[in-house]
This record gives sequence, structure tokens and C-alpha cells, in this order.
Amino acid sequence: MQTKRTIFPNKLLPYVLLAPQLAVTLIFFIWPAAQAVKSSFEREDPFGFRTTFIWFENYTRLFSEPGYVNSLGKTAIFAVSVTLLSMSLSLLLAVAVNRVLKTNRVYTTLLVWPYAVAPVVVGILWWFMFNPTIGIGPYMLRGLGIDWNHRIDGTQAMILVVMAASWKQISYNFLFFVAGLQSVPQSLTEAAAIDGAGPFKRFWTIVFPLLSPTTFFLLIVNINYAMFDTFGLIDATTNGGPNQATNILVYKVYADGFLGLNIGSSAAQSVVLMLIVIVLTAIQFRYVERRVQY
Amino acid sequence: MVENRPWLSFITHLVLIVGVVIVVFPVYLAFVASTHGSGDFLRGLVPLLPGPYLIENYGRMLTEGISTAGAPPLWIMLSNSLIIAIIIAVGKIVISLLSAYAIVFFKFPLRMVAFWIIFITLMLPVEVRIIPTFAVVANLGLLNSYVGLTLPLIASATATFLFRQFFLTIPDELMEAARVDGAGPMKFFRDILLPLSRTNIAALFVILFIYGWVQYLWPLLVTTESRYYTVVMGIKRLAATADTEPLWHLVMASVILAMLPPVLVVIFMQRLFVKGLVETEK
Repeated sequence: MQTKRTIFPNKLLPYVLLAPQLAVTLIFFIWPAAQAVKSSFEREDPFGFRTTFIWFENYTRLFSEPGYVNSLGKTAIFAVSVTLLSMSLSLLLAVAVNRVLKTNRVYTTLLVWPYAVAPVVVGILWWFMFNPTIGIGPYMLRGLGIDWNHRIDGTQAMILVVMAASWKQISYNFLFFVAGLQSVPQSLTEAAAIDGAGPFKRFWTIVFPLLSPTTFFLLIVNINYAMFDTFGLIDATTNGGPNQATNILVYKVYADGFLGLNIGSSAAQSVVLMLIVIVLTAIQFRYVERRVQY
Repeated sequence: MVENRPWLSFITHLVLIVGVVIVVFPVYLAFVASTHGSGDFLRGLVPLLPGPYLIENYGRMLTEGISTAGAPPLWIMLSNSLIIAIIIAVGKIVISLLSAYAIVFFKFPLRMVAFWIIFITLMLPVEVRIIPTFAVVANLGLLNSYVGLTLPLIASATATFLFRQFFLTIPDELMEAARVDGAGPMKFFRDILLPLSRTNIAALFVILFIYGWVQYLWPLLVTTESRYYTVVMGIKRLAATADTEPLWHLVMASVILAMLPPVLVVIFMQRLFVKGLVETEK
């Protein structure tokens, strides 16, 4: 790993400098994570007197539990829909902002602020908008002959959380797409224009392929966001319901552990989630290394 | 722009305007709701134009709160959020600056181990290890305290990497010159590195302040006393008054107040915000 050519000779000082960060990391990150791994292999009797080591029983039980398999499926649907919806809207807006010259600062300012809205607040905003009794969404849908009630209809509940989660993520994707578009060399698009390629052809054959590093990076970040940062949003809109229709993994881990008090199962779920984050982070960092050479 | 196509420019603006409407509308609706009286929500549809109760609703929420829902006055929760966001942002920046400095400017055994331990925090968000982390904090007696609310969130791999990256771009000659002039490591850090890192620190502060402000799950777990509630988690309690329809106008007034500070930070420090966002993700 890289350091400076010249360094300070102190022996003790670097440890002192690192101590606060390492202490926090060990006490609040590594130790709890190790505890989760440990208790995922154990069963505690109902009174908490004794724990027995049971190998992978928590895991096998977890994956044979219909509720968990359902949650895996819902998480996949949720993550893929949020990623696609939010990224395509943001790309469209970024391309548009990249075309306008004078007013692009104004549009950018108006589009980026949802980044700072807490997911749970986003949830409340959309929950209010689609409230079956007074919301404007259901009111307009009734005009189209659709009866909206996400408290009963699982599909509608999923649509609601997907819309809310995508709404929040537009600003983030938008900023990265704008940055990506600005690094596409103007000379390439001009050359294509001289050769007679229209705006749409230019976009699909030149700009979009050159954006692929940004797109790939955002793909990972969005999946990560949908899977882990949407806890508050789900908690505010649907509580995982109706009938488990929006019970994504990170919500279920909390509900089973804190509300259901099933420690072994919750620990096993935590470990599965950790593995997912590790895989996503590894993909992200491999890609970052490649982008440096690109 | 390569060529002039009026119809395409028209569509461009149309797309942007529709985009802005989609982004702004939910908040507009919340704002309108926050300016009405309680009776205006019984007629089957939310009002679409602002009403006359703006000052009354906001004043009531800021000073009284809704005692039946167990929510303290909003000013308490807002100041808690402010305190916590600032502690988290400053704490993360300080410990990351120090550890990046140690990793870049010193050679010592276990340097790689330290680097990897910090790196691992990226892979362990609070959401995936809530119960054991909660147990640790409870055992240390940190529930219902500012320390418990902030300390477990204060480690930061991204900030450490950002500063490491930046320190590596600082020319070696600078440090050699400082050493020739007799500056020790802490003097070099304080008088040369810190001033050079000013913009990075500011950009990072914006991002981390927002990160601290929007925390939800963690405050929800570690606070049971209402004087430690943050505004983001307090709102959920207001909205979740079981059995009765929520007091929409008051809930929405708190929603607006809860999102205002970080949104204003983004709008007024947009340049720093964009810099911080793009660079921390590298």
C-alpha cells in the first residue's frame, strides 16, 4: 500500500492517532458482527438460561421458512424496480439538463434537494399522498376506475414503496449522471453529427456506451440503497404489510429480532445480509480499480 | 450543443419541468396540508391551496408538541437533531483525519491490518447488526444519552479514504521542507495539512451532517426518553397514532420543519455538497 517517500520516524504516535477510529470500529462494528455470527449458530432456551451450539440449524430453518423466502423475493422485486425506475428517470433528466445551457443551474438546484430528506420522511410524504381516504393519488385513480387501497392490496403497497424509494434516489443518480455526461468528449458527438447521426442515434451509439462506468457504479449503489437504506421508508408507509407484501429483508430482521424476539433467526438473517453487503462492496471496489485504468 | 433543433429543445424543457413537478409535488402537498385546520381533512380530499393556519400550526408544534402522542415540543427534537448531526459530522471528520494521517505519513507494523479493520466498517451498516450493537450499547449504559446516539455511528471508512487519497496528492517536498525547518509531526499536521484540507473538510461536513440528521433506526432503538428524541424519529411517532386518523396538519408541519435544515444546507452549499458527494463515492 502506498505511503509517502519520506515519513515521520515516530513509533508510538501512529497508534495513538489510529486509536479512536479503531476503538469505535472494534467495539461497535466488529464485536457486534462477531456476536451475530456466533449467535446465528446457537439456540437459546426460552428463559435465556442456556445456549446450545446447533451448527447450521438456524440457517436451514430460515431458508425453509415461507416468510423468509417470500421476503427474499420481495426484496429482489423491490431492489430491481427501484433501481430501474430511479435510474431511468434520472438519466432522462440528466440528459435534458445537459442540453440546456442557461437554466441548468436552476433545474439542478430544484432536482437535487431530495437527497437531504430522511427516508422515513419520504415515506410519510408518500403515505399522505396515497392515503386511501384523503390522499390525492387514490382520488385521481378513482376517476380512472382504479380502487386504490395499499392497506389491503399487496401489489399496490409494493408500487407505493417503489415509487417513494425511487423518488428519493432520483437526486443522487441525477448528479452522478450529469457528472458522467460532462466527461463525454464534445468532439466525439460533434464528429458523429457531421457524419449525419441524429440526436437519438448519437445518444445510443456514443454517449450511452461511454456512460457505462457511471451506470454500472450507480447500479450497485442503488441496489445497496434499496436493500439497506429504506428501512425508515417501509416503516413509515406499510410496516412490511399487508400480509408481508413489502416485508423486505432489512425490515424483517428488525421485526423478528426486536418485536418477535427470535434471536437465533434474527442473527442468521443478519449474517445473510452481511454477506450480501460484502458481495456488493467487493463488486463495487473491483469496478473502481478498473475505472482508474479506463 | 451540436445543432439547433427547436422541437428537441422544447421537449427537453418539458421533460425537466415534469421532473421538477414530480420532485416538488409531494413536498408542496405537505406544505399545503400544514397550513390548514384540522377540519379541512374530513371532506374526502386534501386541499390543494394553502390555508390560513400556517403560523398557528407551526407555532403550536414548535412550542407544545402533541402530548397525547408522546411527542415533546418540536424545538427540543430539532435541537437534539442539530446536536447529534454536528457531533456525528465533526467526530467522523476528526477521527478520520487522524487515522488517514497515521496511515499515509507513518510506517509501522500492523498498518495494513488497521487499514482493513477500517475498511470492513463499510460492509457492516447498522441495519444488518442491530441487535448485537444494541446489546453492546445497552451493556455500556449508553441508552438515552448523546454518547449512545452518536458514538456507535462515528467510525467512517469513506471519510478516511477520502483524506488518505487527498494526503497522497500532497507533494513530498512540503513535508521535507517542514522537517528541515524543525517541525514535528503534530505541528506539520496542524499548520500545514489541516489548512490544506479545508475544502475537503467542508465538503465532507455537508454530507456527514445530512447523514447524521436523517438517522432513524438507531435513535429509535436507543432512546426511550422523549428528551432525547430526534425530529426524524419523533415524526414517526406522531404519524403512527394508532386507531385515530393522524392530525394531518400538525404532522405535516413537523415534516416540513424536519426536512428544512438539511435541505437548506444542500441548496445553499450546493457546490460543496456536490463535491462531497462525488468524491466520497470514489
